[in-house]
Amino acid sequence: MSYVDYLVRRAIHSVPVIFGLSVLIFLISRVIPGDPVRLALGPEATDQQVAALRAEMGLDQPLPMQYADWLFGVVQGDWGMSLRTNNNVFSDIVARLPATLELTVVTLFFAVLLAIPFGVVAGTNKDRWQDHLSRITALFGVSMPRFWVAIVLQIVFVVSLGLLPLSGRLSDGVAPPPAVTRLYLVDSLIAGQFGTFVDAATHLLLPTVALGLATLAQVMRLIRSDMIDEQRKDYVLAARAYGLPNTLIEYKYMLQNAFTSSLTVVGLAFGFLLGNAFLVEIVFAWPGMARYGVQAILYQDFNAIVGVTIVVGIGFVTANFVVDLLYGYLDPRVRLEEG
Amino acid sequence: MADPILEVKNLHVHFETHDGTAEVINGIDFAIDRGETAALVGETGCGKSVTVKSIMGLLPSATIPEGEIRYKGEDVLSLSDAERHSRRGKEMSMIMQDPMTSLNPVLTVGEQMMDVLKWQGRPRLSLSKLVRDALSTGAKAEHRKRAIEMLGEVEISAPERVFESYPVELSGGMRQRVLIAIALLSEPDLLIADEPGTALDVTTEAKVLDLLDELVEERDTSVLYITHDLGVAREVSDRINVMYAGEIVEQAPTADLFANPQHPYTRGLLESIPTLSTGIGDGIEGHLPDYTNPPAGCRFADRCPHAEPDCHEAYPYPRQTGPDHATACHLFDGLPARERHESLAAERVDIGTAPWLSAGGDTHSGDAPGDISADGGTDQ
Repeated sequence: MSYVDYLVRRAIHSVPVIFGLSVLIFLISRVIPGDPVRLALGPEATDQQVAALRAEMGLDQPLPMQYADWLFGVVQGDWGMSLRTNNNVFSDIVARLPATLELTVVTLFFAVLLAIPFGVVAGTNKDRWQDHLSRITALFGVSMPRFWVAIVLQIVFVVSLGLLPLSGRLSDGVAPPPAVTRLYLVDSLIAGQFGTFVDAATHLLLPTVALGLATLAQVMRLIRSDMIDEQRKDYVLAARAYGLPNTLIEYKYMLQNAFTSSLTVVGLAFGFLLGNAFLVEIVFAWPGMARYGVQAILYQDFNAIVGVTIVVGIGFVTANFVVDLLYGYLDPRVRLEEG
Repeated sequence: MADPILEVKNLHVHFETHDGTAEVINGIDFAIDRGETAALVGETGCGKSVTVKSIMGLLPSATIPEGEIRYKGEDVLSLSDAERHSRRGKEMSMIMQDPMTSLNPVLTVGEQMMDVLKWQGRPRLSLSKLVRDALSTGAKAEHRKRAIEMLGEVEISAPERVFESYPVELSGGMRQRVLIAIALLSEPDLLIADEPGTALDVTTEAKVLDLLDELVEERDTSVLYITHDLGVAREVSDRINVMYAGEIVEQAPTADLFANPQHPYTRGLLESIPTLSTGIGDGIEGHLPDYTNPPAGCRFADRCPHAEPDCHEAYPYPRQTGPDHATACHLFDGLPARERHESLAAERVDIGTAPWLSAGGDTHSGDAPGDISADGGTDQ
């Protein structure tokens, strides 16, 4: 099976997943306790008023019809009104998603980028000081709560050392770059505003560290243990017997085999970070979607909750699709044995 | 042994384990002449692989307290890591045992061969070489041509297709051929073959062995052939070293060994070969000794049907039992092979009286050895 076939097949596979996801979100939105109609009309509404609004909102229809209507609306960008901001939920999310996306993507990128060499070094130096150091770092990274790390980072780097800005995406007085992707790092580069780029990057640094430490630790440990497993394999001995350089054996031969299980974790971590970035977003006053989602939950802002769920769900599906594509690229057996 | 390409002299290899030091290789001597195929035969766990890995320098966790490994007269144990690295693959290469696991599953055959051509013998990656290789299409095409040519030489009928294939797409026999091709890419002078073909079915194995035979014949490559199968060793080798529990118990030219097997272990191995007339062989009772606490005397004594009380006490030095035949067994008399006697005496190993000190007429008066060699002739 060629790579293109594999890609198409994987893409087709994610269609039923998206469908299932939409059904699930729809059902959840219908079983959440509380009647949205009564909630909207207030306690003094008469039964006729309730029935009228119910008919208007289509809630008197059978569930499959409601689902079709709902899905049609969602696809068109009609995600309902937010009770809290009185805006269309879709536009609320569109305004906030890029901030969260920028934070998560940068976090994940650097977490993986650093986890690879650290994991390889720890794995190939098992039970030596490099390995112990990585173990302590991992323990710290996984067990320290993100918000606590965030606050400690602020105290050290902002309050004591004064090196980095405290919060937000840009300093006061720096105008956001012209919106293309709404990712400030990308937009500022497109516009050629390097000052803005540096400002955005320095604002990103602490939230990224706070958010990514746990993921870095997790991926690093996985790579380490997989590298240790790979080391015992015959092909590694063979490569050594052929006289290949160690670095080549470690980073090309072993890593490509060892990386597949970490890849799964990275895919899941992306979805997880999207939804769980709020702790860090709140501490750093980051105007992102995760924070919006938490506030929606606190205010029982029904439509907003569903909207955020949709986005996080799509994020998960997309991340897993990308992971599948990378699987097929890194490990040809995945696609060869399927065909 | 006029001009040996490889000489192993009194090699000891130890491993540190939780239960103490495991003396896995306990003073072995052997040599391979240029162009010769020597076999190292023994059961699983007897130290064959440790021996070849010591020769290749692929045992970072082992210590070699004593011994010499001379490759083309040069003591490789005294070389630096980088110097050993530069000889590995280029000068001495290895065919791995299991074709199913010895190729990297995620890279194409071609890519793995190209890596060998590009990087073999270089201790580290250099960025400048990476860049130069990426830019130079000429070298790449040349490597590709060489790799495909080599695949053709191991009688792969569609070398271009195999070059582009991943290992999972190939059969076991095909992969074994690829392993042979990779090992021979650099035209090494010494080839170590670690039971190639054992993982294959018998017909394929026979074909692969024939092919390997032809290839090394053409190139005049010296081969160290590792196997547990005396039948295979007889097929491929000029000379056989029988190994038991980290010691070489008998060495002789192949024909001589089969005509006149001496050591009780060799004879046990021969009896273990199933034949049509006698059915399934008897095998040898018992297990290999514990390497962390090896017997003081003969390591085979516990399993030996001819063992005498002294065998458990006195170390059986290898002795010359024929013009080109050495056996490490008390049942045989003879001068210490390869002048080991002095070194053994210096180590205060109890080897009994040196044979040349006892009366000359007496040496062949032993009764047991006579019986054994008489039996030996009927064994094959």
